[in-house]
Amino acid sequence: MNDIATYNFAYLDEQTKRMIRRAILKGIAIPGYQVPFASREMPMPYGWGTGGVQVTASIIGPDDVLKVIDQGADDTTNAVSIRAFFKKVANVAVTTDTATATIIQTRHRIPEHPLTAGQVLVYQVPIPEPLRFLEPRETETRKMHALEEYGLMHVKLYEDIAKHGRIATTYAYPVKVEGRYVMDPSPTPKFDNPKMHRSPALQLFGAGREKRIYAVPPFTDVVSLDFEDHPFEVQTFDQPCALCAAENVYLDEVILDDHGGHMFVCSDTDHCEKRREEGHRGHLAPEMMEPAQ
Amino acid sequence: MTDEPLLRVSALSKFYGSRVGCDNVSFDLWPGEVLAVVGESGSGKTTLLNCLSTRLLPSSGTASYRMRDGQFRELYRMSEAERRFLMRTDWGFVHQNPADGLRMTVSAGANVGERLMAVGDRNYGKIRATAVDWLSRVEIEQDRIDDEPRAFSGGMRQRLQIARNLVTGPRLVFMDEPTGGLDVSVQARLLDLLRGLVTDLGLAAIVVTHDLAVARLLSQRMMVMKDGRVVESGLTDRVLDDPRAPYTQLLVSSILQV
Repeated sequence: MNDIATYNFAYLDEQTKRMIRRAILKGIAIPGYQVPFASREMPMPYGWGTGGVQVTASIIGPDDVLKVIDQGADDTTNAVSIRAFFKKVANVAVTTDTATATIIQTRHRIPEHPLTAGQVLVYQVPIPEPLRFLEPRETETRKMHALEEYGLMHVKLYEDIAKHGRIATTYAYPVKVEGRYVMDPSPTPKFDNPKMHRSPALQLFGAGREKRIYAVPPFTDVVSLDFEDHPFEVQTFDQPCALCAAENVYLDEVILDDHGGHMFVCSDTDHCEKRREEGHRGHLAPEMMEPAQ
Repeated sequence: MTDEPLLRVSALSKFYGSRVGCDNVSFDLWPGEVLAVVGESGSGKTTLLNCLSTRLLPSSGTASYRMRDGQFRELYRMSEAERRFLMRTDWGFVHQNPADGLRMTVSAGANVGERLMAVGDRNYGKIRATAVDWLSRVEIEQDRIDDEPRAFSGGMRQRLQIARNLVTGPRLVFMDEPTGGLDVSVQARLLDLLRGLVTDLGLAAIVVTHDLAVARLLSQRMMVMKDGRVVESGLTDRVLDDPRAPYTQLLVSSILQV
């Protein structure tokens, strides 16, 4: 394929990859700390995962197996195009199977299948600063991180309870990493927060527009912030997945028609398909339905 | 009371290039004492206050503060972390414009509770109860607790700012024209409230004001500043009733009589 020869392996030039790897190493050394890096222009708009793509490009090798998910799904535009991108510029193997992937780039979900040691989860982060909407000045938020002044984060949770009677933050729920830095886990649902805690996989976060990289090394404490009398809770669902009958997974609502018909299905498509292959059937999974490919 | 001052200031000067902010100011502040700093605009009152509250670093001079453990610490040699910690626990700063001291986009309750959460309070019920208590102490109705300060009048904002500062039980409060921009009846209530709180809590305060009536009502001692220098200081009643420096005499005689 001639067009590949015009690109360096994995699109970025080697100096850029070195620079990003340095930022990643620093991030791993200081869990939860936002490391500035010289984010490059990527062949996609900001907001489409330019940070995640740069992190992935810097760590991927020819033997890696890449999985890309977008809100849990392997088959949406963002996931398909990033997967195709790396297939083209790095010629790496790609998969939708969580267990066999070595690098999983994700937008806003952590797969349901437990991650294992040696896997790397790369998050696409829109706004890395958890204090941003409480304190607009970057100079001030950096100082607050440096001095561990995190009272303000609880002000946000206080406001939630005062307004809604409970902590109403459902995504981008702030966490404290290794007892030191308060971190935005990217807009994953808070359902996924407990999966970050002492995860055996390495978790890397890239924010391209905001030019920040941060990391949670394997087996690191990740604790969701809360109040003693309003402890952290994850979302619960009244019904199992309509297609695979899975319980205790994160579900998406899917509208079926114009008459209010809807169903709740697994947000993690790979997990859902695997379960259906194993013979699990939800109440809306007719036998004649072809398994999604 | 104790026989040691709370704050010792010695030869404090601040220059902005060749211009004088404040020049060679020295005084001691004692626990529970309210000191008024008066003078016309541009006389260096606010510069002095900002230096004392470590919001500005002085060009020369020292200020040492007696911490809760009884040890004097040199303010300008403390680390930034220590200064900021002092600022949100043992000190308060009441700005002239409440919008500078409040978070306008979070509720009144959260404004009061922020300092508590900043020092590690993690019980919502307790924080809220304290906020309710403080709002009532500054005469804000309890049903306004979840309103944002944007929805408050100027006087209410100022009272909220005071509650927010006093919630951690500070020993020293800095006030920059606390009644500036308020109409006289609101001013009177605020002064009454401040006087009550200062006496009840045994607060020491440094109040910067150009309003001699405010100084008369709140303070026991006052310093008169002109062109960055202290021209006269003494007991408030003495300075106001028997001004000695020509400038103070001018200032006192300039008060409008109704």
